[in-house]
Amino acid sequence: MIEMQDVYKTYRNGVTAANGLNIKIDAGEFLYVVGPSGAGKSTFIKMMYREVRPTSGTITINGVNLSKLRDSKVPLLRRNIGVVFQDFKLLNTLNVYENVAFALEVIEEQPSYIKKRVMETLELVGLKNKARMLPTELSGGEQQRVSIARSIVNAPKVVIADEPTGNLDPDTSWDIMNVFEEINMRGTTIVMATHNKDIVNTIKHRVVAIEGGRIARDQQKGDYGYEA
Amino acid sequence: MTFASVSAVTVTLLLVGVFFVIMMNLNNVATTIEEDVEIRVHVDVAANEQDREALGEQITQLAGVKTVQFSPKDKELDNLIESLGTEGEAFKLFEQDNPLNDVFVIKTTEPTDTMEVAEEIEAFNYVATVKYGQGKIEQLFKIINVSRNVGLALIVGLLFTAMFLISNTIKITIVARRREIEIMRLVGATNSFIRWPFFLEGLWLGILGSLVPIAAVSSAYYYAYGIIEPKLKDHFIQLIEFDPFVYQLSAILIIMGAAIGIWGSLMSVRKFLKV
Ligand SMILES: Nc1ncnc2c1ncn2[C@@H]1O[C@H](COP(=O)(O)OP(=O)(O)O)[C@@H](O)[C@H]1O
Ligand SMILES: [Mg+2]
Repeated sequence: MIEMQDVYKTYRNGVTAANGLNIKIDAGEFLYVVGPSGAGKSTFIKMMYREVRPTSGTITINGVNLSKLRDSKVPLLRRNIGVVFQDFKLLNTLNVYENVAFALEVIEEQPSYIKKRVMETLELVGLKNKARMLPTELSGGEQQRVSIARSIVNAPKVVIADEPTGNLDPDTSWDIMNVFEEINMRGTTIVMATHNKDIVNTIKHRVVAIEGGRIARDQQKGDYGYEA
Repeated sequence: MTFASVSAVTVTLLLVGVFFVIMMNLNNVATTIEEDVEIRVHVDVAANEQDREALGEQITQLAGVKTVQFSPKDKELDNLIESLGTEGEAFKLFEQDNPLNDVFVIKTTEPTDTMEVAEEIEAFNYVATVKYGQGKIEQLFKIINVSRNVGLALIVGLLFTAMFLISNTIKITIVARRREIEIMRLVGATNSFIRWPFFLEGLWLGILGSLVPIAAVSSAYYYAYGIIEPKLKDHFIQLIEFDPFVYQLSAILIIMGAAIGIWGSLMSVRKFLKV
């Protein structure tokens, strides 16, 4: 499903954030990406949706070789990948419903399909009754649910999350994890960078530890492995 | 900022319009005069009939010569007497002993070649004098060329200014909608979909900026035509007629406005859509 072969990335300032990455992620897997700050977790994740292009090496997603992918085809790639961030990235002038619908409107889906899909998705993340509220009227956890809803509304095969619980308190973080579990249960592959030791050690999944741009550890049902 | 960019287009196109009207009319005058440009070659009195025919043949062979007409000195005298009216009667005395020369009247294919052809003819045998436009035509051409170049440089500079102002205006809209664009790219909107509203904004700014110049130049030309044209009636010079000239000019201005606007918008969006 996702495969990296000898992937290197050196930024223009000379920092090498990926230093020979090799990994294979199967369809339906749930993968934690852990490691110290500045280790290259975000770079690893950004290369998957081609926000960052590797200096060398091959990345394949759903059989598509990203280095051979033309710029004009990148939007099509992204329609198959959902992305969630620590800071939610919602549009504060739009309500919950509109924020989620936005993702389908800008890829020019049919209005009737948009309505149906958005309501289904809001139900899945537990926000059906708050559809008319603005992001500023919601708690952090609820805002992150909106952001997750937006990432999965187009039914992508993969959801990539970069520290999705980084801004949330522990209780809310567990709620958000349950949403990801639910999505994974329905067959979607999940790649999640996180610093949350309790969650990684409790909800057991494959753990990949990145240190200095290299994969230092790759463990099925692994531990967080660092002091909090 | 919006006002500034629209005014920049307005000022630019106003100058383009005025410049265009003047250049086209000057060109028109020049073309009218060009048609009258001829070279008159006075044949030396010492030349006999054979020499004269040889000279005519030589001139005809020259590159760039369109027509060569022979005008014998008797006809030249008749023309002179006729052109002077009653005062010309005095010259009738000369009919017995004509002091004028035989003349070859030459027209060139390209009026701008006149000077060159004239110089070549001067070197031929049995040529007394060569006369042509006396430098006035050349001066007019020079003036037209210089003003054309100055005007073009000015307009190109203004076009760039207008384009940059429009591109800056749009950049402000883009920055205000930065997060929206970021999300659109994230969820897989195509670049053309993202670009479209900014493309339209640039187009509107450009077209909006072309309206005042079109109205101003059209009405100014209409009034100027009404005032100037009657005064030129007696001369061989003419202004270009209002219809269809002004409509064509308006079309050019609106297209230029739209082009500046679109160009500005594409310039400003490009950077934000780099992968
Ligand atoms: N756009 C960039 N330009 C230059 N250096 C960058 C850029 N993004 C990240 N880096 C550097 O690359 C290294 C890895 O960063 P990142 O992938 O964000 O790590 P992590 O997410 O694990 O904290 C860091 O040293 C960071 O400063
Ligand atoms: Mg990071």
